[in-house]
Amino acid sequence: MMDWILSGDYPRSRILTALLVAIFVGLGLGPFLFDGVVAFRTMGMICIFIIVVASYDLMLGYTHVVSFAHLMFFGFGAYGVAIALDTMGSGFTAIFVGLGASLAVSVITALLLGLLSLRVKAIFFALVTLAIAFSFMVLVNQLYHITGGEDGMRVAVPRELGPAFRMEHSGTGFALLNWLWGVVTNPLAVGEVTREALFDVRMNGQLLMYYVSFVLATGLFLFMLRLVNSPFGKVLMAIRENEFRAEALGYRTVFYRTAVVVVASAFATVAGVLFALVTRYITPGVTLDFELAVFVLLMCVIGGMGTLYGAVIGATVFLVAQTYLQDLLGVLSGWIAEVPLMQPAAALFSEERWLLWFGVLFVLSVYFFPAGIVGQLRAWAARRDAGAAGTKEQGGAAEAAGEQS
Amino acid sequence: MADALLELTGLHANIGQYHILHGVDLQVPRGELTVLLGRNGAGKSTTLRTIMGLTQVSRGQVRFNGEDITGEATPRVARRGVAFVPEDMGIFQLLTVRENMELAAASGPMDPARLDWVQQLFPPLKRFWDKPAGNLSGGQKQMLAIARAIIEPRELLLVDEPTKGLAPSIINDLRDAFRELKEREATILLVEQNFNFARALGQSVAVMDDGRIVHTGRMAALAEDEALQQQLLGLSLGAHQ
Amino acid sequence: MTADTSTATDPAAGRGLRRRLSAFREGYPHFFLLGLLAGVTLLLAVVPYGIIAAPWQDAAGEAPRLVRLFRMDIQTWFTLTVSGMAMGLLIFIMSSGMTLTFGLMNVLNLAHGGFISFGAFCGATVVAALSGWGGSGSLVLTAGLLLLAFVYAMVVTGALGVFFERVVIRPVYGNHLKQILVTIGGSIILVQLIQVIWGSTDIPVSRPELLRGAVIINEGVPLIGGAAIEIYRLMAVVVGLILYGVMQLIINRTKIGVLIRAGVENTEMVEIHGYRIRMLFLAVFVAGSALAGLGGAMWGMYEQIVNAHMGEHLMIMVIVVIILGGLGSVTGCFYGAILVGLINLYVGYLEPRLAGVATVGLMVAVLMWRPQGLIPVLRH
Repeated sequence: MMDWILSGDYPRSRILTALLVAIFVGLGLGPFLFDGVVAFRTMGMICIFIIVVASYDLMLGYTHVVSFAHLMFFGFGAYGVAIALDTMGSGFTAIFVGLGASLAVSVITALLLGLLSLRVKAIFFALVTLAIAFSFMVLVNQLYHITGGEDGMRVAVPRELGPAFRMEHSGTGFALLNWLWGVVTNPLAVGEVTREALFDVRMNGQLLMYYVSFVLATGLFLFMLRLVNSPFGKVLMAIRENEFRAEALGYRTVFYRTAVVVVASAFATVAGVLFALVTRYITPGVTLDFELAVFVLLMCVIGGMGTLYGAVIGATVFLVAQTYLQDLLGVLSGWIAEVPLMQPAAALFSEERWLLWFGVLFVLSVYFFPAGIVGQLRAWAARRDAGAAGTKEQGGAAEAAGEQS
Repeated sequence: MADALLELTGLHANIGQYHILHGVDLQVPRGELTVLLGRNGAGKSTTLRTIMGLTQVSRGQVRFNGEDITGEATPRVARRGVAFVPEDMGIFQLLTVRENMELAAASGPMDPARLDWVQQLFPPLKRFWDKPAGNLSGGQKQMLAIARAIIEPRELLLVDEPTKGLAPSIINDLRDAFRELKEREATILLVEQNFNFARALGQSVAVMDDGRIVHTGRMAALAEDEALQQQLLGLSLGAHQ
Repeated sequence: MTADTSTATDPAAGRGLRRRLSAFREGYPHFFLLGLLAGVTLLLAVVPYGIIAAPWQDAAGEAPRLVRLFRMDIQTWFTLTVSGMAMGLLIFIMSSGMTLTFGLMNVLNLAHGGFISFGAFCGATVVAALSGWGGSGSLVLTAGLLLLAFVYAMVVTGALGVFFERVVIRPVYGNHLKQILVTIGGSIILVQLIQVIWGSTDIPVSRPELLRGAVIINEGVPLIGGAAIEIYRLMAVVVGLILYGVMQLIINRTKIGVLIRAGVENTEMVEIHGYRIRMLFLAVFVAGSALAGLGGAMWGMYEQIVNAHMGEHLMIMVIVVIILGGLGSVTGCFYGAILVGLINLYVGYLEPRLAGVATVGLMVAVLMWRPQGLIPVLRH
């Protein structure tokens, strides 16, 4: 059963398994475990970005195609559905029309990009996609009568998916983190802490939309897992290891490379549609910005390229950090400002500088853990297993395998 | 042999995951032209590249002039007076012949007298002096490659298959040039597959197979001993004759 | 410029001319494109607007969009051309370092934009600190201010380049994927550091008194009389041309230049001749970073405002330019930059919303025509 669901591609590390289960359960029961608007929004973003990053990993990790245009396809989806809802009125037909239309645009554009990659070398491709994605963003900014320009546009979601759609009963949630914190800090008043941890969950369209994205994220992720473990995925990896040899073996690498770009772009488009429906307001800044493309790259690399599970870990770690690292830094800079002689350094730790530390972490991780979190966890697990088996040689081999992945 | 300019002992080297050299022991006598023979893939080129520090040594030692230069960076080896002409000649195609030569004179402007001599040795170079080297013919490129290697006095010349792909008349020109070099210049280690060319020039000889040296001795002795030739060089010899 | 229009006007010239034109197109693609661009727009400018628009105009005197393209007159064309050159030369200054780094070291430095921003902020700091010099209107003080601002920007970014090459780039030579990742990380760090040092807000840069305003060409000059050219743009053209000349001199006439050109072809062979290529790499990287800093400082004064993210946005144009020119070629970079500058100004005048798209469109078109760029560099 599990073998079928995961396509035989297990996490291969106990810690990783635990993390993945925690993320799955956390997202699945999330609205009932974490209180507050920020937490709710973060969870929605994690679901959506798991799709974006996993599909990006299909290109980056499995084929070593570096593209900066992935967010453009995300934007196609987001703006496609937003424009459809705007012109056709809020309804599910509009959503499907928007999805269909933006998928069509994405597939055609991805095919053209694939053809372009025929003409130019890999390193050119990265730069060309960067420029093309940028020109699309400029276009969106300029065509303000359609897209709202820099101010963005409201997404008129159907009533059933918005906050106005309420069920009669409201659910009850249990704020897990608050409760744990309460139990630790105030162990005597467990009863009161427990009572305080209970909160109302509004059973509205937004919650419904969240679960739609959760289910879609899970489904698409498992589908991608299936894809990379299929013969198709094996060819992709063969191309990654040695394009020349794969070609010599008779695989039309151009076909495979184009196919992977098309598939990944289609997934990004779906994620874009979800993004528009979940956030209900889109601007070029939150869908197409160069910085966002870099973030997706960061999530993919930090999680672990070429593992797909890395996308789950990377997206979660990054988005949680983006939301909560700032708070942590704020506290830290508060402390540092107190210390005499250290005031000038406080600027380094101010809340807005979370990206500085993330950048440093990122560079260090590329040097020291090029396989990302997932690769590192797997390497440790493999080493431990080899140690248990008591054969030194296997350990070396497993380590080497871990480094390769 | 006391007077070996270059001495390799138990040299191992890998290229990627492939183990190419399996313990090469070789001595290159000072002031002689040594020919390194062997079939394709025996490790001759890798041996030269390893001496130059272009391929990593995994085990063993390289001694030059009595000093240990194992694992030294390529530019330092070159500055010790070792010149290397790789198999593909490494001509800078977009640079003119003059610029190629100026670059080769690493320690300063070219010595005019020496330049005269080199140009005399290889007359075509003078004719195409200010033309892009990419326009030269194969033989002229080989001449330029060797000219670059000798534009400054060197202690050791490593030359990898200079006759490869050249017409017989040009090979003869090259042979004459090497003869003159041998008279005038220091030590040469020449990798060859063309046995006639090798026999005409070589003083001492080493034969490689499968990443090891399988025979060393005087060229004259090998040239006379046809049975040994047959045994060491096999069919590849017949193909060249 | 004349060759491509002559076929249209002289049909009798026949095949010989066409063959010569196509030879010219393949042999000098950069001149061909420049000529095409300037020629077509000049054609739009030369034709008097009244004649073209008359049959189309409606009651309000408005003509259809396509016809309005002819509204440009020759003075405007001249102003646009000089301004486009100015913009192009500023971009050239910024791009030349990146293309050299790629050509010689095979390193793709996506953090180049960070250096541009850094230089811009350094320049802005000097200009702000010595605002008295700039406001004085004295030629000596103004020149001193510019020199100080530019040198300061170059020294700081050059020093940053030393650190960057040693710490960030050296471990990833020869691995493009890691280079992209590491330099993107580096660019994030650079932008953040700028915000730590100078704060997150934009800083205005006031041009020195002498560089404000425009020169107006004497009315007596035929055709272009009355055209106005901003002084700062003129200065940018002069500085850019001088820099290009100096770079050409260094690359073509000195030993360092021979080494650089040789290294672009085959680094290993340069080492075999006894040169420490790593020192050359470092030197070129530092020079490239300093040029990025200089370009940034000049751009900041051109836009009269600096922003930590400006380098990232300029990177798009830099990337287009170095791809257009052929990665690694300084000459290609020069003509690519001028092309980009011109197309930005021309299209920006005719249809402002399409300027950015036209730049990228130009790149895609050139890539389809010549995948290696205008002036490809032979690589070992």
